[in-house]
Amino acid sequence: MHKESLAHTSPLDYRREIRTGLKLGLGPGLGLFPMGVALGLLAVQSGLPGWGVPALSTFGYAGSLEFLMIDLLMTGTGLLTIAVTTFFVNFRHVFYAFSFPLHVVKNPIAKFYSMHALIDEAYAVTAANPTGWTAPRLLAMQISMQVYWVGGGIVGVLVAWTIPGTIEGLDFALLALFITLTLDAVRTREQLPSLIIAVIAVFAAALIAPEQIIFAGMIIFMALLTIRYFTAKRKGGLYDPAGN
Amino acid sequence: MILLATNTPAPPATWYIIAAVAIMFTVTFTLRALPFAILANLRGSKFVNIMALWMPAGILGLLAMVIFYSTATDPATDLWKLLVAVAVTIASHLLLGRRTLVSIGLGTVTYVILVNFIG
Repeated sequence: MHKESLAHTSPLDYRREIRTGLKLGLGPGLGLFPMGVALGLLAVQSGLPGWGVPALSTFGYAGSLEFLMIDLLMTGTGLLTIAVTTFFVNFRHVFYAFSFPLHVVKNPIAKFYSMHALIDEAYAVTAANPTGWTAPRLLAMQISMQVYWVGGGIVGVLVAWTIPGTIEGLDFALLALFITLTLDAVRTREQLPSLIIAVIAVFAAALIAPEQIIFAGMIIFMALLTIRYFTAKRKGGLYDPAGN
Repeated sequence: MILLATNTPAPPATWYIIAAVAIMFTVTFTLRALPFAILANLRGSKFVNIMALWMPAGILGLLAMVIFYSTATDPATDLWKLLVAVAVTIASHLLLGRRTLVSIGLGTVTYVILVNFIG
């Protein structure tokens, strides 16, 4: 009896924790892998060198932005626009820190990796399973997700290499991706004003700076959104999602 | 037999890709890591909270529109084909249960067929 209870309180069962982490990563992996294949396929078809795909997915590691990056790279977009686009597209990640269980990770390198690999899907899994996290479980989950993503990308590159020439029209996938992402973001009427402001920003940017439409569009959008915030605040029409 | 175009555009310079990836890494890592350091301050900021709630729909929509704009203004693009594929993508997503891969797949296949088989 005594021995058994000791076994239960023994230090981490690493294998079990890793297995649990891998299991948690599998669901999102089923989505990440095919998207990775699509990324690799599209990148090579667009004219990006094959090594660019694992480079993007390893260091850039931000799903939808990587698709966009293919287009930005192929059109020779300025590095400042790339930085601004990355900032605005990934800004949502600022909030993942509130509930992500990074505190269970002690090793500084592992901690660094865990923050780097804090993608939407990793956050979603921890949000859906708020308790029981340990360092090996969290890292196994995050590493496996990136393996699905990078692995899918490499498979996509290999598939593209076996297809002679290019399939015309395949790049529509990028537009289709952002249409679905937009539709998913605008699920409530509350989100509609942002979309309308974005429409205004795009029109304004197309008129003022058609060559820098993303950069100008995002700056105008943020400016208008800030005005909206202070207008709503003055009228007392704001509610705080964090409940402050 | 089908779909084969021979004009693959020239790949971007290696240094440029590396620079872009480095920028992407730095900006993204900062956004993901910095809040862990200044968590308390950010959590209390009503402005940041509300902006984060409002931003995704607009930013994603803005990118969708910009991609549409750059494709539509390409002289090689037939606008009606693009619009049909966009409609198929939206309809698939709203009617077939928001399965991202299905919606993207149907929209892209539609566009590829229209571009390659319809004069």
